[in-house]
Amino acid sequence: MSEQLTFTYSIDGDDFTRAGEASSSVKNKLKMLGVSSEAIRKVAIAMYEGEINMVIHADGGTIDVSVSDDDITMVLADKGPGIPDIDKAMQEGYSTAREEVRSLGFGAGMGLPNMKRFTDEMQIDTVLGEGTTITMKVHL
Amino acid sequence: MTIREMQQVLDARFLYGEELADLDAQFVFSADMMSDVLAYCGKCSVLITGLCNPQVVRTAEMLDIVCIIFVRGKLPDENMLALARGKSIAVLATEHYMFTACGILYENGLRGGA
Repeated sequence: MSEQLTFTYSIDGDDFTRAGEASSSVKNKLKMLGVSSEAIRKVAIAMYEGEINMVIHADGGTIDVSVSDDDITMVLADKGPGIPDIDKAMQEGYSTAREEVRSLGFGAGMGLPNMKRFTDEMQIDTVLGEGTTITMKVHL
Repeated sequence: MTIREMQQVLDARFLYGEELADLDAQFVFSADMMSDVLAYCGKCSVLITGLCNPQVVRTAEMLDIVCIIFVRGKLPDENMLALARGKSIAVLATEHYMFTACGILYENGLRGGA
């Protein structure tokens, strides 16, 4: 693969049952591109957690995934409330999710830590009241 | 242990995937929080859970899980089963509580993978 491929997804913030469709699509595309199963797994987990977060906290957003020879880059951008304290949000177990979200199996304060755990680079840019952009890279 | 053997020792029903019954698994993860499954599942290829919504199937898909076992008599709806069919993930349902289901599988040689 010599040129960079990019896929863009619009994430619907209203429908929790559809959350994960974009991650599923990316997983299939990476498989078809012959990316290693270890890298696919890391991308799938990190992107899925991000996608869920967008639905839970930010009423959706967009995800751009670029694949180059060296890495896979995921950029998750939302226009949600922003993250007031990134250090706290990165602590395992810290969560601001509603009880209703927890009953669905998420909101245990593992989302952002999982995204960091399964990627090689992660950057969070957030502005309160304006939104959050998270950029993650998995090296190939 | 094959999925068929798990079905038998757990007195479970196949809700989907009898054709996958010969798949073999060694490691199992059990939890109701999907974020914990994503974090700690490791090399496990079977998921035991009492949570019952489409994100269980999505989580299994991301981790290449081959079989989901619903405990405590939980039954996935048609939407969830359609998702599982689309991803070739076998789905079993047992009346056992999670602790008991895990104990039975452990006794039969399966282990946690983390």
